[in-house]
Amino acid sequence: MTVKDVVEALNLKVYSGTAGLNKEVTGGYTSDLLSDVMGNAPAGAIWITLQTHVNVMAVATLKDISAVILVKGLEPEANTVVQSNNEEIPILGTNLQAFEISGMLYNLIHSK
Amino acid sequence: MHFEYRVQGGDFVRAGQASSQVKKILKQLNVSPNIIKRVVVALYEGEVNIVAHAFQGKIYVDIDTDKIRVVLDDVGPGIPDIEMAMKPGFSTASPIVREMGFGAGMGLPNIKENTDKMKIASVVGVGTRLEFEVNLKE
Repeated sequence: MTVKDVVEALNLKVYSGTAGLNKEVTGGYTSDLLSDVMGNAPAGAIWITLQTHVNVMAVATLKDISAVILVKGLEPEANTVVQSNNEEIPILGTNLQAFEISGMLYNLIHSK
Repeated sequence: MHFEYRVQGGDFVRAGQASSQVKKILKQLNVSPNIIKRVVVALYEGEVNIVAHAFQGKIYVDIDTDKIRVVLDDVGPGIPDIEMAMKPGFSTASPIVREMGFGAGMGLPNIKENTDKMKIASVVGVGTRLEFEVNLKE
């Protein structure tokens, strides 16, 4: 499944990093603690978070995250968008909160 | 091979740049992805520690065929109780830093877990030196 498939299935907004929409999604990780993501998120995961600052992209890049989903209608900061485009890691958005979107992503990934 | 990077305390925008450079170098050297992951986790945590806690720092990276050795040297407040600092969940990070999702007290434990050798020396009011090594051969 690609990031684009997830965007379409879960009706997500695409803020940036469109060059990375064909990246393969192999799992998910939900956390707002950067060290937790650094230590535990698997490569290829979609990262679900409420953090919008540029360090999200540093962690996403270092961990080979496939895309980031911002919850509750939160929007990425300007320099986060720049990094997302540079690194070709899409930043996506939903109005749902983390529990709900995590559940939907889980079902989507595990139904295939 | 020897590389040096400068880190500015408080500069969260650039936090992770040294880690990103080293990741690229290790990739070019065909180091296995699992080992690159370990190095990157440890280096990023060390880099963020300097940004979050110190005034400035330097990172020295030495890579040979068997291992990568990293020294992170900072000018800063130092760590009064290293044993306490190593405890998962313990942090002295400011509320602002915590709001960003840092300062969960996972940095040093993450470094320990992902390295083959780790050493911290610190002088209160002067600074901290963190050294670690990761074997590049599995």
